[in-house]
Amino acid sequence: MAKSDFKTFIVYALFLGILILPMVGFPGTRFEASRALTIWGGVVGILALWLANKTVRRSDMYRRTATRFEPIKNNILRRFSKLPIRYYILVLLIGVAAYPLVANNYMIDVGITCLIYIVLGLGLNIVVGLAGLLDLGYIAFYAVGAYSYSLLNLHFGISFWLSLPIGMVIGAIFGCIIGYPTLRMRGDYLAIVTMGFGEIIRLVLNNWDKLTKGPNGLLGMAKPTVVYPALTDGGLSWVVYSLKSLHALYYLMFIIAVLTVIGVRRLDNSRIGRAWVAIREDEVAAELSGVPTTWLKLLAYAMGAAFASVVGAFFAAKLSYTNPNFFIFMESCIVLCIVVLGGVGSIPGIILAGIILIAVPEVFRELQDYRMLAFGLAMAAMMVLRPEGLIPASRRKRELHETGQSTPEDLKDGA
Amino acid sequence: MDNASFIIQQLINALFLGSIFSLIALGYTMVYGIIELINFAHGELFTAGAFIGIIVLAALQNIGFVETHFVLTLILVFGMAMAYVAVLGVAIEQVAYKPLRKASRLAAILSALGMSIFLSNGMMLSQGVSDRAYPAILGMDGFSILDARITYGQVFIIVLSLVLMVALNMFVNWSKLGKAMRATAQNQTMARMLGIDIDRTIRVTFMIGPALGAAAGVMVGMYYGSVRFDMGFIYMIKAFAAAILGGIGSIPGAVLGGMIIGGVEVLWSAFLPSEWKDVTTFVVLILVLYFRPSGILGEHVSESRV
Repeated sequence: MAKSDFKTFIVYALFLGILILPMVGFPGTRFEASRALTIWGGVVGILALWLANKTVRRSDMYRRTATRFEPIKNNILRRFSKLPIRYYILVLLIGVAAYPLVANNYMIDVGITCLIYIVLGLGLNIVVGLAGLLDLGYIAFYAVGAYSYSLLNLHFGISFWLSLPIGMVIGAIFGCIIGYPTLRMRGDYLAIVTMGFGEIIRLVLNNWDKLTKGPNGLLGMAKPTVVYPALTDGGLSWVVYSLKSLHALYYLMFIIAVLTVIGVRRLDNSRIGRAWVAIREDEVAAELSGVPTTWLKLLAYAMGAAFASVVGAFFAAKLSYTNPNFFIFMESCIVLCIVVLGGVGSIPGIILAGIILIAVPEVFRELQDYRMLAFGLAMAAMMVLRPEGLIPASRRKRELHETGQSTPEDLKDGA
Repeated sequence: MDNASFIIQQLINALFLGSIFSLIALGYTMVYGIIELINFAHGELFTAGAFIGIIVLAALQNIGFVETHFVLTLILVFGMAMAYVAVLGVAIEQVAYKPLRKASRLAAILSALGMSIFLSNGMMLSQGVSDRAYPAILGMDGFSILDARITYGQVFIIVLSLVLMVALNMFVNWSKLGKAMRATAQNQTMARMLGIDIDRTIRVTFMIGPALGAAAGVMVGMYYGSVRFDMGFIYMIKAFAAAILGGIGSIPGAVLGGMIIGGVEVLWSAFLPSEWKDVTTFVVLILVLYFRPSGILGEHVSESRV
């Protein structure tokens, strides 16, 4: 056990203890020291695991065993990586598509929520991961989508499908409205201003009684419908099928999610995507190389907003109800958590993080209360210990662990 | 109530709100001046201060200390809240910010945000989701100027915050540590070369800033009579607007910005629908950032910093 590691362990355990102290109720309030102690114990336990892991990895025995198993490990890894990635994707797709057949209604609902947050995460990833613009008010675009569908449907009777493109355009316009004044900003300032914008939109929705019915919310939007031809007694005719059941909504959301993944993936590898990464890395250099930074930053906001807007419309249609309290700042934080924990810029990472962060607390209901607590701590810990996320994007990983020399893997990727 | 007394009443309100925003904004400005990071957890530290205040006050009230030693109670409440939150500030700095000093800014901001979420939910779990009543110890006694009612409590809070601000200014300008702080803010490498312990300076900054925020938290609790686990959020954004407006990194600027934001908010609530008052703060913040990101008293901020 290295001495410095042990010192770090002690220091962190102590300071985390101080951080958790406000959770202890004092005389005159509720005395729940046991709860705070349990949380502290959990955190220290994780820290101890980290310490043990580091110590074991240092020991001679581990090294000896590891060298012996190295060829076997590489062999297995090679076998798996030989299979083209599309087989894995196919298995995943079949799994997700078959999920409603085995799940009950509650689990399908959780599945829909998961998919919603994954799409939101992927949309935010365009802004944060690719263009490097921290957006803390992302949920506002989700709200814009939800309210534009609700209002269009309630006042003009416009159907779900028609309001999707309209909602996307409205969302993109809002994205530009937020993007334009913040073009010159980066980092902290941007974070606070986007947070402010997110709150402004929520407050407007909350206060503008005449249009949005304020905190009571809007009620009674139509579900999306599908029209298909069918043979009936009178011959061929059109049948209108309303997507009311959870199964139908799940598949609709599934299609939206798949389309989003394809779209984001293509964006990632496109000229625009590479230009965004260039802006993220060095805006001045990008500008000098002929990248139209202003337009591309606006485009990043508009694109991210458009994705959120689509999911927002779906969300409003699914519940047939919406109210401003769905769109609080904490929701933005959850989406950001998904992006950060999964790995900024990494599509598989975001999908995994979305499943972990949304489904796990739903399954273990008693943990619901501690959900955001754990998210917050995990976010800070992730930044300190593993800033590249659970499944790092290959480009990002190289940036964060620059060694100055390229490994064979790097060369293979064409870096 | 005639016009003159109405104006005086609003002036007192503005002065009170302005002092609160100034105290919180000072914490932002100091931390930003030194490590160029917005301490996202500052709003939560402010709330934590308010809760520590409530806990100490309730304990003192239980043993009947408040009636017998009123001044000592006030000192104890403010002192303990500030001391505890100062330790909390250092703990956050050590756990979440120090390892990331050399990392990318995005990582540092996200870590700060994570700490903020963690603390705010921790307080929600332990202190409950509803409003908590603050023991009313300041009372309603006061005096009148032209029919405008001014309580001693209001006077006390405004005077105390002025004292704290003056003390901070004296500390930063005249003490050795204050000099070290200013040197670190100007040029960290140079300061290190001249033998200033940068780590220690940053720790001290993370004690003083949050301590001032905690004092503001106790004041808000005493004045409005209730606190809530998530009240830090709105104060944080407003204080941040104040810090930017005055020029981030500048101590007099933070006070000036706080007073302006407080004044605008009181004016708005007096004459226009008050449910829109939060929106105006955000709009002011965005306008300032757009037209003059260096603020009123700030030095020129280079593009890279913004």
